[in-house]
Amino acid sequence: MNAKRPIVAAIAIGSLIFLYVPSLAVAVFSVNNARYGLTWKGFTWKWHQQLFQNEAILEAALNSLLVAGVSTAIATILGTALALGLDRFPWPRRLSTAMDLLVHLPVVTPDIILAAALVLSFNFLRGFSEIFDLGMGTLILGHITFQISFVTLVVRSRLAALGRDIDEAARDLYATGPYLFFRITLPLLMPGILAGAMLAFTLSLDDFIISFFAHGPDSVTLPIYIYSSIRRGISPEIHALSTLVLMATVILVLIAERFSRFRAAV
Amino acid sequence: MAQVQKNFGSHKALKGVDLEVREGEFFTLLGPSGCGKTTLLRIIAGLELPDSGHVFLGGRDITRLPAAKRQVNTVFQSYALFPHLNTFENVAFGLKARQTENSEVRRRVGEKLEMMSLGGLERRYPHQLSGGQKQRVALARALVNEPDILLLDEPMSALDAHLRAQVQEELRRLQRELKQTFILVTHDQDEAMVVSDRLAVMRDGLVEQVGEPREVYSKPRNQFVAEFLGAANIIAARRDGGRVMTSLGSFDLSAAPQWDEGRLAIRPERILLGQAPAGDPNWIQAKVSEAIYRGQSLDVWLAPAQGPADDYRLRVRTQSKEPLRPGDQVSLFFPPEDLVALDHA
Repeated sequence: MNAKRPIVAAIAIGSLIFLYVPSLAVAVFSVNNARYGLTWKGFTWKWHQQLFQNEAILEAALNSLLVAGVSTAIATILGTALALGLDRFPWPRRLSTAMDLLVHLPVVTPDIILAAALVLSFNFLRGFSEIFDLGMGTLILGHITFQISFVTLVVRSRLAALGRDIDEAARDLYATGPYLFFRITLPLLMPGILAGAMLAFTLSLDDFIISFFAHGPDSVTLPIYIYSSIRRGISPEIHALSTLVLMATVILVLIAERFSRFRAAV
Repeated sequence: MAQVQKNFGSHKALKGVDLEVREGEFFTLLGPSGCGKTTLLRIIAGLELPDSGHVFLGGRDITRLPAAKRQVNTVFQSYALFPHLNTFENVAFGLKARQTENSEVRRRVGEKLEMMSLGGLERRYPHQLSGGQKQRVALARALVNEPDILLLDEPMSALDAHLRAQVQEELRRLQRELKQTFILVTHDQDEAMVVSDRLAVMRDGLVEQVGEPREVYSKPRNQFVAEFLGAANIIAARRDGGRVMTSLGSFDLSAAPQWDEGRLAIRPERILLGQAPAGDPNWIQAKVSEAIYRGQSLDVWLAPAQGPADDYRLRVRTQSKEPLRPGDQVSLFFPPEDLVALDHA
């Protein structure tokens, strides 16, 4: 067993390198003083600076944040309510199993299927109201549909971990309605809700497939912008943009990690 | 007088239970796991609805009253303290839920914390408390509401044996001081004996026997109760006129059995060792198979004087200082009042 350890360690390190080399390469080229080619021509912040003068990129970034913010807020509320409803209401066993399946399904459904379904639905609904014309509204609606399941799953696992005792103790001590919810249920669920929201936010931020089908000309998000730019040719600005998006994701993950550790102590 | 009666129809956990708990008494529901005692407690708390039957509190039907509206509080097996609230906030929770005035909350919580020797721990969170302290917080949190009934769901099971004995005595003293109705659920017969005014022995969703600990211990109604509450010798017997015949000999009983063939029970410590002429009523001859020294007593396993040593094993618990060895012949006296004829169930 001991003899195998160096091999295991080598495989682990090799895998990590394999995982991160592409991202690191992008980061390196984002500060390479050359418009074309793969040779190192010295350090520069030029591409990053240009990035912040490119209005199309800024608008896409703003759109991404707006869509992620609004859809996450709505999906978190709906997803939490769904988790509570599934967990607390005395559903018949069979129905409960079926509903569990329905919650899990969107998580494993290929994005492209969901995207196609959304396009179809929006086409149909457009006949009733122009709210469903492709644009910011449909983009947010599309994101909410896949975010809800993720939020619900995370909140439900927190509910399961909490057990029923605490809730019963609170009811035994005369707590009902809003008092029970705001004093006991919500504070204890908060770590799960925030973790779910964080996940939903990240998913929305880097979603491409659904956004691609559900967006309109006024609602280009970063992933869509990057995609269309790459079609015109890879530029150092895109490297810089990708690096910044990566950094933002890392920071979000670190915050989430830090937060869940803090809550675990309580 | 607070009366609690419960009747349940075809419920797989409770098959029709009638019970009356008196105001101000320490009542225990005793039984093996799965006997329905916890379900019964949860029904009293309002956390579970019976399929049929009724629960009365002080003459009022509270069967359908939700837990939050019952003047009944529970100490949970897991304590179920609110992890995000400190000791003070935990204890104050019930009072605040009922919009009690702040000064009143402070006074009553302070009083209970003092009573439970939790002074100085007000700002601690549950994860900063020891098992014993958590339990006292759970007790204070329930008692501060001055419930008509305090329910205790195996509150001692998480404590070590030494602490448990201490807590049992404290609980008993507390109940005497407060004169409130306590209902305890436990599977530990010693615990039930120590704390209860009266207890109910439960099995398979039914109450087997209700009474004072002394009464239930010394006059068990059937074999299950006899064996669940400590060690018992169970002897097959047949009625023969005014006496009862067994393979050990014939005995007189204070209370004659209702059956022609059945079983007798006698506690190991009630059988007396002595020297008496054979043939006297309720005296038999036996020989020692094994003697186990237990410090405070001596456990002696006996076989009939005639026949193989492993033929029948009778257990006698004695304070005798005389050493007994396997093969020794002894005389045993079965007091007529301690021999109990068991029901068939």
